[in-house]
Amino acid sequence: MLENLWLIPAIPFAGFFILAVLGRRLPRVAAAWIGTGSIGLSALLAILVGIRYLSAPPEGYAFRQTLWQWIEVAGFSPSISFYLDSLSLVFILIITVVGFFIHLYSIEFMEADEGLKRFFAYMNLFVGAMLTLVLADSLVLMYLGWEGVGLGSYLLIGFWYQEPANGYAARKAFVMTRVGDTAMALGLFLLFTSFGTLDISTITAAAPQQWRPGDQLAVWAALLLLGGALGKSAQLPLQTWLPDAMAGPTPVSALIHAATMVTAGVYLIARMHAVFELAPSVMALVAIIGAATLLLAGFSALTQSDIKRVLAYSTISQIGYMFLALGLGAWSAAVFHFFTHAFFKALLFLGAGAVILAMHHEHDMFKMGGLWKKMPVTFWTFLAGSGALAALPLITAGFYSKDQILWYAWAGERGNSWLWAAGMLGALITAAYTARMVILTFFGDMKQEPDKRPGVLIKIPLIVLAVLSIIGGFVEMPHNMAAVHLFSDWLGTALPAIHVEESLQASEFLLQLAAAATVFAGLFIGYWFYLRRPELAASAHRSFAGLHRFWFQGWGFDWLYERLFIRPFTWLAAVNRADVTDYIYTALAKGNESLYHIFSRTQTGQLRWYAFGIGVGALIIITLIAMS
Amino acid sequence: MILVWLITILMGGGLLAWGAGFINRSWPRWIALAATLASFSLFLAFAFSVPGIGLGQPGDWLAEYNAPWIPAFGVQFHLAMDGLSLLLLGLTFITGVLAVLVSWTQIRERVGFYYFNLMWILAGIAGVFLALDLFLFYFFWEVMLVPMYFLIGIWGYENRIYAAYKFFLFTQASGLLMFLAILALYFIHGKTTGNFTFDYPELLGAELPTRTAFWLMLGFLAAFVVKLPAVPFHNWLPDAHTEAPTAGSVILAGLLLKTGAYGILRFVIPLFPEAARDFAPTAMALGVLSILYGAKLAFAQTDLKRLVAYTSVSHMGFVLLGAFAFNIIAYQGVVIQLLAHGISTGALFIIVGCIQERIHTRDIGQMGGFWQKMPGMGATALLFALASLGLPGLGNFVAEFLTLLGAWQASILWTALAALGLIFSAVYSLRIVQRVFHGAPMAKPNLPDLNVREWLIMAPMILLIFWLGLYPGPVLNSADAPLRNILAPFAKEESSIGIAPEEDGLSLSLQKPETEKRKVINSK
Repeated sequence: MLENLWLIPAIPFAGFFILAVLGRRLPRVAAAWIGTGSIGLSALLAILVGIRYLSAPPEGYAFRQTLWQWIEVAGFSPSISFYLDSLSLVFILIITVVGFFIHLYSIEFMEADEGLKRFFAYMNLFVGAMLTLVLADSLVLMYLGWEGVGLGSYLLIGFWYQEPANGYAARKAFVMTRVGDTAMALGLFLLFTSFGTLDISTITAAAPQQWRPGDQLAVWAALLLLGGALGKSAQLPLQTWLPDAMAGPTPVSALIHAATMVTAGVYLIARMHAVFELAPSVMALVAIIGAATLLLAGFSALTQSDIKRVLAYSTISQIGYMFLALGLGAWSAAVFHFFTHAFFKALLFLGAGAVILAMHHEHDMFKMGGLWKKMPVTFWTFLAGSGALAALPLITAGFYSKDQILWYAWAGERGNSWLWAAGMLGALITAAYTARMVILTFFGDMKQEPDKRPGVLIKIPLIVLAVLSIIGGFVEMPHNMAAVHLFSDWLGTALPAIHVEESLQASEFLLQLAAAATVFAGLFIGYWFYLRRPELAASAHRSFAGLHRFWFQGWGFDWLYERLFIRPFTWLAAVNRADVTDYIYTALAKGNESLYHIFSRTQTGQLRWYAFGIGVGALIIITLIAMS
Repeated sequence: MILVWLITILMGGGLLAWGAGFINRSWPRWIALAATLASFSLFLAFAFSVPGIGLGQPGDWLAEYNAPWIPAFGVQFHLAMDGLSLLLLGLTFITGVLAVLVSWTQIRERVGFYYFNLMWILAGIAGVFLALDLFLFYFFWEVMLVPMYFLIGIWGYENRIYAAYKFFLFTQASGLLMFLAILALYFIHGKTTGNFTFDYPELLGAELPTRTAFWLMLGFLAAFVVKLPAVPFHNWLPDAHTEAPTAGSVILAGLLLKTGAYGILRFVIPLFPEAARDFAPTAMALGVLSILYGAKLAFAQTDLKRLVAYTSVSHMGFVLLGAFAFNIIAYQGVVIQLLAHGISTGALFIIVGCIQERIHTRDIGQMGGFWQKMPGMGATALLFALASLGLPGLGNFVAEFLTLLGAWQASILWTALAALGLIFSAVYSLRIVQRVFHGAPMAKPNLPDLNVREWLIMAPMILLIFWLGLYPGPVLNSADAPLRNILAPFAKEESSIGIAPEEDGLSLSLQKPETEKRKVINSK
């Protein structure tokens, strides 16, 4: 079974190829089902491969499959090879299974869109690239997938291409992530120079032998790789593209900008953990960036009125949690949060999409309300997802994964109380904006009658993901509750475990209690301000209008970048459109021309003038001879 | 002998086309197509008959032809092909066939003379890639220049006369410097050895005083960096590319620029290795300058063809950067870049030509939303824009990645700056897609999607760009032995820093502490 591994990314690529080449001849329904079927087939294969992997683990818990030699120059010899271990297995399962349900949903969601075939072609391309990214055995092939998902993201954000704003958002996403990618490419050059290969397992094995912890090269390598991760995962300071990326169709936001692509940075750092562990200062930086991002994005989410932008900021914030965990060295906790987040955030986006579809493409939550009776399936599933996002204790998956991160922030070997406090404050904000979002959308007065009820193809994915958002967390329990550690045991073959300060073990229950109290406090804030006393929210909005606007616009980063980078560049481009170096040559030509005019003036045809010239010339020559 | 045939078929076809033009207007294009196809098939037959390209020992030529030409001056008709020439010839013939097809309906005046010029440019280029006698090389260098001057000046667009003059003056002036350097080399070598010859293998070992070598190197380099072109010698390019008919632009971007790169690899570095090494920091700086400045200018343009033209400046900057990094990884990157850029930029020029045939303007302001009416062309343009920004899986990525990886071993600073080009290329490439194919649809009456002939042109280019991106092995193999030959003078010291071009020397670096290795590079 394992030798079918290559088919998992190949089938979506084949789907893309069929749709791209034959698309125009295929009926719409066929195109949609080819696009969805290819991902379904991939998901089936991924599950079978996963079962085989778990039932009879390959030697060293890793399986490698080489298709062909890609490049071969003087020791630089990346091949097209796939590498399956427990880490990549988690990712391919999430990508294909969640991806399949999102595709299924899209059949109905995109039903009426004239670009339906193009949509499924792009989606398949994206999934193929994403699977290549996580299955790559070398950093070069990973870079191929890395840029490939960037392309998929670009194409799908700008899917409705006739609207120039969508094109702008798409290019913004591509270019900003490319800034990170370029740093990553430099990181690859550095790693190759140091290790003579870009094979991931070779590097991770050789790094601890070649570099001492804190080695300057290790720090640089980790920093440059981090650059790539920050861009893709929309973390500070490269986060501003993600909210704008919501210009794409909602299933795209669910798949690319929530469940899969934006977590590529998490994958990269987890994959290269051996290098990061040798750079403690960079690890600390990762944790700080994560903490700062989760707070910044959380506050911004609190002020948005567009439901998709709330979810976008929320995604940035939740990935901030994952980065916090990575920075703490809690590798499996980070991946665990990715795992649960993929379910509940995809669910929330899909639910939001169902609402948006029912409301004539209305995104503004303040124009919604009272929908819970009209759209019961959407409401109850959305509620499940929201519970998981807010980390409602015990009954939701989000609780288990977030609790683990908070626990390690407190008690982990790299943890400290500041990081823990940031995580706790983030949890409070998360609960608050989640409550606000649910209340504004589903409770209160109905402002507009939904006219389109979700059909079965939308309902199935919602229900499945809602179930997963609840039970997905039970695979990994806190130490003091139950001895269920399926997830970390599973990942233990690929990622090292984190050490916990023994002296702090006892405080775990208290911390959980505090975390639970925080969540309820946050929910209560949302309830109080938006359902019980909405006039309080309005007056707070009025008295802190400046702050509100500041958060609403994402802490002014766009404003800053506009002035720091975009305007100088466009200004420079505009003033030098005609290429200043051209003047050198024009001047040369002009100089020649005027010399020609000057000299041609001497050709007067008058004998006197010539005689004068001869006389003066002779005089000069004689003087020169005499002088010497 | 086959080498002579490759050139004479093109030249003869050109003459025949010219003559036939007086009888019937549609004959010349069929004759031109037949001639290019004939030489292409001859080339293919030869290429496939070579057993195990790249296995040849250094110094071995795959094919060679040597006959006396002007014996009194030691001038020979000496042609030879190695793996590097083979690749570039392949590019020449493919581009040649495509150039004929591109001109099929576009050229309506003086058709016979047009195809004569086209054929002779191709013949000149093929000659440049094959000539091993410096006099002969200069002869072919001029053969490709003059017909190109006519091609731009007669069949070009509005501002064609200006562009043609500019092209001619830049190339001719710099070519003259090279000719002086060739003559100087001829006489110095003749005086010291008593053997007055223009023969390249003979001149390779010429002993030159350091200063002389440096100036001669600059003479050669002048011609090549103008052709390449590198900033600040690039000014002829945007005008020539923009004003030339589509086939002219395709040949300019696809082939003429490559002769500059080929000249650097074949002549500048092997003839003057030490001088080249002394000059390397400047050359790399010029390369980086070209990458960034070219990209910035490309972004600023409102004429679509001019925009594409400036991207060439940016892309060829990578070639200059890599050529002066002196290691096999960068060199392989350079070779792939020559092929990939030829295809991707050629394709973009063809798309611009298709658009101009439909809407009669190149002004980006008059375009927008063309995807709706022409999805096939939009998808093709998107693909080549992506190639241009270096998307992995397409040829240009392999090229730029290898070039930068190799350049990193030579200079971390310049590599890091050059890498900024990856960001800027994304900015201008996506701008093309946005402004032409995305956005609100412009109301244009006549916008048929690509027709059969146009798909016939695009299909091989699409296949080639994927092939170079996913399976460049055969190309790398073919270029391997010639590039190692070029690098031979640098091999000794390279191996001391663990990047031996000879074998897998990189494993050496595992035992060496990184800092020590870096010191050696710096002390160089």
